[in-house]
Amino acid sequence: MAATISGDGSVVFDRVQKSYDGEILVVKDLNLRIEKGEFVTMLGPSGSGKSTCLMMLAGFETATHGDILLGGRPINNIPPHKRGIGMVFQNYALFPHMTVGENLSFPLEVRKMGKDEREAKVKRALDMVQMIDFIDRRPAQLSGGQQQRIALARALVFDAELVLMDEPLGALDKQLREHMQYEIKHIHENLGITVVYVTHDQSEALTMSDRVAVFDDGIIQQLSTPSVLYEKPENAFVAQFIGENNTLMGTVQSVKGKMATVKLDSGAVMDALAVNCGESGSRTTLSIRPERVTVGGKATKSSADAKVLELIYLGDHIRCRMNVHGNDDFIVKVPNAADHTHLQVGETTTVSWGKEDCRALDA
Amino acid sequence: MTDATTDTNDGMALAADGTPLKRRLAQALFRSKLRALGLVTPLLLLIFFAFLVPILVFLTRGIHNDTFEVHMPSVSVELGQWDTTSEPTEAMYAALAADLILAKETKTIGKVASRVNRELSGTRSLFTKSARKAKKLEAPFKESLVALNKKWGDIEVWKALTIASKSWTPAYLASAVDLKYNADGSFERKSEERRIHLKLFARTLEISVIVTVMGLLLGYPIAFLLSTLPARTSNLLLILVLLPFWTSLLVRTTAWIAMLQSQGVLNDLFVVFGLAADEDRFSLIYNKTGTLIAMTHILLPFMILPLYSVMKTIPPTYVRAAKSMGASDWTAFWRVYFPQSIPGIGAGGILVFILAISFYITPALVGGEDGTMISNFIDFHMRKSLNWSLAAAMGGVLLTIVLFLYYLYDKIVGIDNMKLG
Repeated sequence: MAATISGDGSVVFDRVQKSYDGEILVVKDLNLRIEKGEFVTMLGPSGSGKSTCLMMLAGFETATHGDILLGGRPINNIPPHKRGIGMVFQNYALFPHMTVGENLSFPLEVRKMGKDEREAKVKRALDMVQMIDFIDRRPAQLSGGQQQRIALARALVFDAELVLMDEPLGALDKQLREHMQYEIKHIHENLGITVVYVTHDQSEALTMSDRVAVFDDGIIQQLSTPSVLYEKPENAFVAQFIGENNTLMGTVQSVKGKMATVKLDSGAVMDALAVNCGESGSRTTLSIRPERVTVGGKATKSSADAKVLELIYLGDHIRCRMNVHGNDDFIVKVPNAADHTHLQVGETTTVSWGKEDCRALDA
Repeated sequence: MTDATTDTNDGMALAADGTPLKRRLAQALFRSKLRALGLVTPLLLLIFFAFLVPILVFLTRGIHNDTFEVHMPSVSVELGQWDTTSEPTEAMYAALAADLILAKETKTIGKVASRVNRELSGTRSLFTKSARKAKKLEAPFKESLVALNKKWGDIEVWKALTIASKSWTPAYLASAVDLKYNADGSFERKSEERRIHLKLFARTLEISVIVTVMGLLLGYPIAFLLSTLPARTSNLLLILVLLPFWTSLLVRTTAWIAMLQSQGVLNDLFVVFGLAADEDRFSLIYNKTGTLIAMTHILLPFMILPLYSVMKTIPPTYVRAAKSMGASDWTAFWRVYFPQSIPGIGAGGILVFILAISFYITPALVGGEDGTMISNFIDFHMRKSLNWSLAAAMGGVLLTIVLFLYYLYDKIVGIDNMKLG
């Protein structure tokens, strides 16, 4: 459309800052480049600045400093209705006084599109989310999941190159949410649009995204693909926020190449992969994923004595809470294999891991 | 099926012991319903005896006035058989003479005289004077009564008596809508200079509609502002909106007199700024303009509050969603925000309109000649002319108009589509 400028759908945040009160920066120096056709998720706890970034991109908030570029053009001074960005809101924001068909037709009407063209596009968009039978219903007559589909169709109906989604699945139950995750992902793949998705649900982010930007305290802590994010977190926040994580606190004794030797607070000495731990003498957090820990094995510099505190039977695996070097919440997942180790509460055993799986991060 | 509820042949659900489920449910709910009823009983009784009954009793006065029939019983019977065109008979005159003596003795002749005087002016003294001398009358009564006062021979007097003798009468209602009820049961329009009520009803409706529309135009932006501002600021502004309620209606109206009169604040300002000549000031009060300004101001909070309570429930994401889809500010407002605020407009509009149509104090104080409303006339008949029956009839007509408009509103907009908060 001539009236809109979403262009090829690529987005650039260039040194963007945002403050509401002139005292606190809720977004600090944001630099982010989103390519055409990418699915990028902004993930973070509430108050981390991720929604503010989305609102700046949509045009409902203005950046205090820096430029936002859409399709290569700065959009700071372009009002929201001229940006041509599709948006799915948290509570769907379907207009209650209009039917489903009128809701979808609305963005086409304001673009002064002819009646026939409108009807064709509305029908196509509803077909895409399998909701064509509901065209004459009012939003109040639909379930949450159905409303969600309509909101999605409405954001797509005017062929935006860029679609923003602000926690669109937050109000759905777990099963429906997972189903919709796949559906949104498939629509994204089929249409080749750029999607910027905001959520605080890490499994949602990992399932759907090409890349995930983990937000905390107004800055992007790490921006990478889901697998890198999970397997190679760069700092303690990301390690803690994405997936389950065991931490042991200590002080760096020496760093040799990629490996560091860390003296734990309990006095034991460990080998760990030096990721983000600073030089010798600095405090560090050792991060070990529960599924990378094995029970039993010989005592090395990548093992520890563990006292079993609690066993939870979960069918496919047994979740085992242990005390390891003073940490009472050290979790180990024991697969329910035919020959798995049978642990007893109160028993003391050894836990071990590969030394690359123990990552020394910032404290 | 060994379920607690089972379907019998006729499809009625049964409870575990075989009684119909509906009856069981009613029994279970009976106690709580009884308790609820007990709690609202005092209010229901108060409304019934202090509000509904008096109103109904008073409204019946508009169609029922038995002053004449009670105090002049014999002649009333005779008048009931009269065809209203032939000469009055001797029997009628005899009955009249007897009733005059009776009324004189029971000291009710004054009431009867004023009742008949309403139908035909100038008959008051005819009654009072004749009653004084009624004891001396002798048969044939026709000749002696006409000799006493030749008006008794006038057939128009007898027609007036006939109208007054009917206790259940449409005369007052007819009078309230500028019709004249004749002794033979027909209606005709009153003479040109006596047709005042319909004009007054029309003016009352006109003023009410203008006040409602003005209130909407002024109140909508304020309510919108209130609903969008942060809570602290909006609460402060809301107090300012409610502030007028803390002063009496009389004080607010009087304040407008000080503001609007020809030597008042506003006119002084106009003169200072050269908008009006000192000797040719605007007449802003004691006319329709004054009534409109003062009533709009006084009724504004009743428009703002329902609007505000509805607008507060409209999430800002709707307008944002509309804009994200390419709607300009105006389109987003008109197509998305405004339709959702209609329940507030309906509630505020009805509230202000119904209050305005029966407004009394303000038009009485600032209305002057062309700014008075129907309620001022009802008051006039209640307190000055003491024609309570006409007052009741006018009140009845006003009530009917309001109910009819309410019905229209329900048909066009739908009463469920109204939210007061």
